[in-house]
Amino acid sequence: MTAAHSVLPTLAPLLPELILSVGVLVLILYGAFRGERSVEGVNVGALLLLVLAFFVVVTQPAGMKVTTLSGAFISDAFSRVMKGLVLLGSAATILLSRDYFQRERIDRFEFPVLILLCTIGMMVMASANDLIALYLGLELQSLAAYVIAAFHRDDLKSTEAGLKYFVLGALSSGMLLYGASLVYGFTGTVSFPGIVSALHGDPGFGIVLGIVFVAAGVAFKMSAVPFHMWTPDVYEGSPTPVTAFFASAPKMAAVAMTVRLFIGAFPDVTAIWQQIIIFIAIASMALGSFAAIGQRNIKRLMAYSSIGNIGYALIGLAAGSEEGVRGVVIYMIIYLAMTLGAFAVILSLRRRNEMFETIDDLSGLSRTHPVLAFCLAAMMFSLAGIPPLAGFFAKFYVFAAAIKAGLVALAVIGVVTSVVGAYYYLRIVKVMYFDEARAPYEAMAPGLRIVLAISSVVVILFWLLPAPLVGAAGAAAKSLF
Amino acid sequence: MTAAAAFFYLFAGVAIASGFMVIASRNPVASVLFLILAFVNAAGLFVLMGAEFLAMILIVVYVGAVAVLFLFVVMMLDVDFAQLRQGFQQYLPVGGLIGAIFLIELLLVVGSWTIDPGLVQAPLGNVAADDSFTNTAALGRVLYTEYAYFFQIAGLVLLVAMIGAIVLTLRDRPGVKRQNIAVQNARTQAMAVETRKVPSRQGVEV
Repeated sequence: MTAAHSVLPTLAPLLPELILSVGVLVLILYGAFRGERSVEGVNVGALLLLVLAFFVVVTQPAGMKVTTLSGAFISDAFSRVMKGLVLLGSAATILLSRDYFQRERIDRFEFPVLILLCTIGMMVMASANDLIALYLGLELQSLAAYVIAAFHRDDLKSTEAGLKYFVLGALSSGMLLYGASLVYGFTGTVSFPGIVSALHGDPGFGIVLGIVFVAAGVAFKMSAVPFHMWTPDVYEGSPTPVTAFFASAPKMAAVAMTVRLFIGAFPDVTAIWQQIIIFIAIASMALGSFAAIGQRNIKRLMAYSSIGNIGYALIGLAAGSEEGVRGVVIYMIIYLAMTLGAFAVILSLRRRNEMFETIDDLSGLSRTHPVLAFCLAAMMFSLAGIPPLAGFFAKFYVFAAAIKAGLVALAVIGVVTSVVGAYYYLRIVKVMYFDEARAPYEAMAPGLRIVLAISSVVVILFWLLPAPLVGAAGAAAKSLF
Repeated sequence: MTAAAAFFYLFAGVAIASGFMVIASRNPVASVLFLILAFVNAAGLFVLMGAEFLAMILIVVYVGAVAVLFLFVVMMLDVDFAQLRQGFQQYLPVGGLIGAIFLIELLLVVGSWTIDPGLVQAPLGNVAADDSFTNTAALGRVLYTEYAYFFQIAGLVLLVAMIGAIVLTLRDRPGVKRQNIAVQNARTQAMAVETRKVPSRQGVEV
């Protein structure tokens, strides 16, 4: 016993997390000692750390699948792809936030620090191989998210968003923990491989109850219906770069955690969780499509859009097959690009110190800012799922997997709701191209330009060269089965 | 054996009595003190069961932190407990009903277990029980070795909580006078006192 414990665990697969953890401590100290003057330095440092961690994640050996730290941490192709997406989302958030925070006079060095800590939590979630690691990663991510939702602390809506997110998030964590305790109680282990070997045949009612509660907890974190109530309010109230963050990186981590949990820990009891996922997927797609129609605020619209998109991604998980998981990963890659691009445009709607957030403010954008309007139109067409833009392929892969798994009805419902959803996406295009032009907005900040350019290239030109992304998603899905 | 039973009845009796006094006492500060007494007796019960780690954690966390926090809140906020207690009669039926349901549930659980001890199923996996060392030693063996990863992440979670509290509440107020000890120590009589000649009928500029 003592001999086994005296050996240091393998730490090489943990390198990206270690880089971020040590880096964030250094940045906190730097910020604390230099005070207000350190904001620029901490932001640049955080961005460099995220880029460095991204390259370390990408260059880790492709076939590597190791568990370390007593089996709590797994590094495989799936975790690496999802971590890469998380890191890109966080880096884009820092680029998006600079200009906004300076103008709103809430430019403080704690923001990039909290983004980094949140990112560490999300990476832990993506790599979690047991229930304790999953919960701790989730809490680290959520706590940092509650704080940055309320980051504009003198703004009533922002503090309300933070408080609401905190109270409901604590409730969902409680449900997740209760479910996890039931699973632990009935299997006697918290590790995913241990749960797999303990569950066979008819698992009994206790396990079913545990899975239901765990599913409720993770559905909240993904903002899937019926646990979506917080999403529109939190998205509307938070500072816009924070909304962009919530809609991008944490979604990646939540979906990664959900896929790993259900495919990794409950592969032999698919029948139990499949019906839950199918219900959540249908409800999310329907609500995302219908509730968004009446929205006037773009941030609220994006909230409903993200709820609907999670529904589409979950179709792949409901299929429960390798192809389904590949569809989920492709969907999340493309969703990340579409969301960040859309938020880069939303953040550039600014005249002097006033932000514009309603759909009417986009009116006639094609005449005042043709490039901006073209990019946003591409994002909207892509979100609506119109070929040859990337969003079409995202939906194509998940629907194809669902049909192959025999879930034809689910795929049909998905197609119908995406037609309904197309209405409000295309209405934005109509407002931009056919309505009266308004006074022009200010020039875009450089950070917004970079994010918009990269995401537009991915969305518009995905069909030319889909192989690298589809290949990475295929490898990721393969490592789970 | 008899000593253990005697201590059990002592701790249990005092715990129930002080629990009753928590709600019966008129003075809120006395209520909190009775709450602390209840906690300490519950810790004694844990020790009797062999859960010494839980007992010490109860003392450290609940008595040391939570109850003292209550005490601060009660003393600082000046809550009018007489007013809070006005609806007591009105809420008694609902409260009594909930209490009765809890009591029946407890009796059912304990009763079914007494009738058939095999009713509670063993978990599917095997959790080995080892009596060769104490709870505290067992926790100490794994906390910094097997579970070092969780320990570190928990540390980061606490760090986020700290940063969050500072971000959301700390404000730079202008015009706050702060003590600067170095300047205070460096003061001399020449710096602090100025002697001026006051011309008659003219005064001085201050």
